Amino acid sequence: MRLKLGLEVLGLLVLALLIAVMPRLVDNFTAYEMATVGMYFIALLGLSILTGYSGQISLGHGAFMAIGGYTTAILSVDHGVRDLWTIPIAGLVAGVAGLIVGVPALRLSGLYLALITFGIAVSFRQIPIKFDHFFGGTTGKVLGLLKTPFGLSATPEDWIYYLTWGIAFVLLVVAWLFVRGKPGRTLKAIRDSEIAAASSGISIARYKMIAFGMSAFYAGVAGALYAIARAYMNPDVFPIILSVYLVAALALGGIDSFVGLIVGATIIYVLINRADDVTGWINHLPGVSLDSKRPGMPDVIFGAVLILVLITLRTGVGGALRRAFGPLTTRLYSRS
Amino acid sequence: MLLGVFTWTEFAQQIVSGLRDGAIYGGLALALVIIYRSTRAINFAQGEMATFTTFIAWSLMNHGLSFWTAFPLVLAIAFSGGVAIERLIIRPVENGPVITIVIVTLGLAVLLNGLMSLIWGGGNRPFHGPFSTRTIDVGGVPISVQDIGIVAVSFALVALLALFFRFTKLGLGLRAAALNRQSSELVGVRVGWMLAFGWGLAAVLGAVAGMMVAPVLFLDPNMMQTVLLYAFAAAVLGGLDSPLGAVIGGLLLGVTITLLGRYVGFVGQALKLPTALLLILLVLLVKPNGLFGRVAVRRV
Repeated sequence: MRLKLGLEVLGLLVLALLIAVMPRLVDNFTAYEMATVGMYFIALLGLSILTGYSGQISLGHGAFMAIGGYTTAILSVDHGVRDLWTIPIAGLVAGVAGLIVGVPALRLSGLYLALITFGIAVSFRQIPIKFDHFFGGTTGKVLGLLKTPFGLSATPEDWIYYLTWGIAFVLLVVAWLFVRGKPGRTLKAIRDSEIAAASSGISIARYKMIAFGMSAFYAGVAGALYAIARAYMNPDVFPIILSVYLVAALALGGIDSFVGLIVGATIIYVLINRADDVTGWINHLPGVSLDSKRPGMPDVIFGAVLILVLITLRTGVGGALRRAFGPLTTRLYSRS
Repeated sequence: MLLGVFTWTEFAQQIVSGLRDGAIYGGLALALVIIYRSTRAINFAQGEMATFTTFIAWSLMNHGLSFWTAFPLVLAIAFSGGVAIERLIIRPVENGPVITIVIVTLGLAVLLNGLMSLIWGGGNRPFHGPFSTRTIDVGGVPISVQDIGIVAVSFALVALLALFFRFTKLGLGLRAAALNRQSSELVGVRVGWMLAFGWGLAAVLGAVAGMMVAPVLFLDPNMMQTVLLYAFAAAVLGGLDSPLGAVIGGLLLGVTITLLGRYVGFVGQALKLPTALLLILLVLLVKPNGLFGRVAVRRV
């Protein structure tokens, strides 16, 4: 137990060091790309608390990201708030929305919750269109261009990188403290048997709502960062399919493995931002020529791999890696 | 939003167009219910499966086939596709947690969506249905032939399906497998194949819904995403395990949403989808088994 804790702390320190030196090793564009991966990582981290520890599923986290993005856009464009300070507010607004969704979630089991949250993902984009005075309708809102604040001497790309990964690191530590302490044990107890947990005096309602609110907070922060980095926000910034990608990437990467979450975040990044390039890479293979006007190959590969992984591995890539590399990584990543 | 003058003629037209939408939602909801009854999971790929088969119909018609020649071909393809999907990718996770099945169907949805843009390209295109869009006069109310056709085809399909379930041995086997798996196995029902058959039927229902809705909307890979949400709402409203409930739920939903969208200025076109979501939520919280569902009893 001592050793495990030590290794986990060591792992976090190594990660902090890696995050700090990375921009020195890569160019601006790559730093910007890695920042985007970091945003998906934050959202996945929140989703992993919800799904991995409380056993609830949400197909609507793309909508919580959109709530975060809109909070940032409206505050900074219409009210002149510095974009940096909108991030925690965006997290809170999304978190409160998550708590509200968490209320019916108390009464609904996994499948119904999946239905409701899928409904949120599909129908959320109608809200900004309907209330266009407030949200900017389909055109959306244009934020100020990404720039380095406080006279810091860093490129905007490095700035958004440090900002994203700094927040990601803090949120990772928070999640780590959360799941390895009493709340994590409690949530696991609820996940494994609600009846047994309730009999042991656990307030199921409170913990389930906390898990939902917290994961929505993470998604809101991720959405705010995304809106700042892209410098615009409209209903298409977070497409419906993003919610599906998030759950799918979590399943593919493995729910309680840090490496798995990074893999998952990278996959989402490629699917949403680099899909054309994937088609290009595939075209380099001998005897293959895909029409770049017909995207979809990345989705085909992702869908097929996801199904295969679920059929054969069950615990995702992270779980498979953990089994393959046995004792060392078990101590590092497994929180059970 | 200007609502204009209320006329009974227009009201009747709205009801008919609501029934048309409702028939489509009901058809897709029925597909969801058939799969839910056999697998206890919701097929999130149902919309994509329907769109995929509609694209096949579009291709066949592009190669010179008439709609009614392509129709049975597409249904046969849909059926084999549904069976193949169950055998190949659902069966291995059938006994796993529900969440795993849900994620597998999500993976299938992503896969099929990608496959559609890969084969046919993104963007929407017109789909020429079998019915003309001209209107005929029914008791003083002009109603489009297409609307009547869609409702008629959907009703015919549901009636056929009801007869099939009620009067054939295969239908009995399907019902038995859905009701009690172990007992069915003991009396010799091949439950595995019944499940596959159920998926095949669901794919056929989806294909019909897709081919009926495509002339109204436009055909593109994401065509069914919103329709699927309405189908979910219809299925939940009727009770997830009741086929009759799915159809009635679909019609009720279609008419309600259409009337709300037309006559309640606040809802308009934009808030139709969120209204459907709200309806799902309300039904689940107030009457989780829907209008026609069996009350679930859980042994502790």
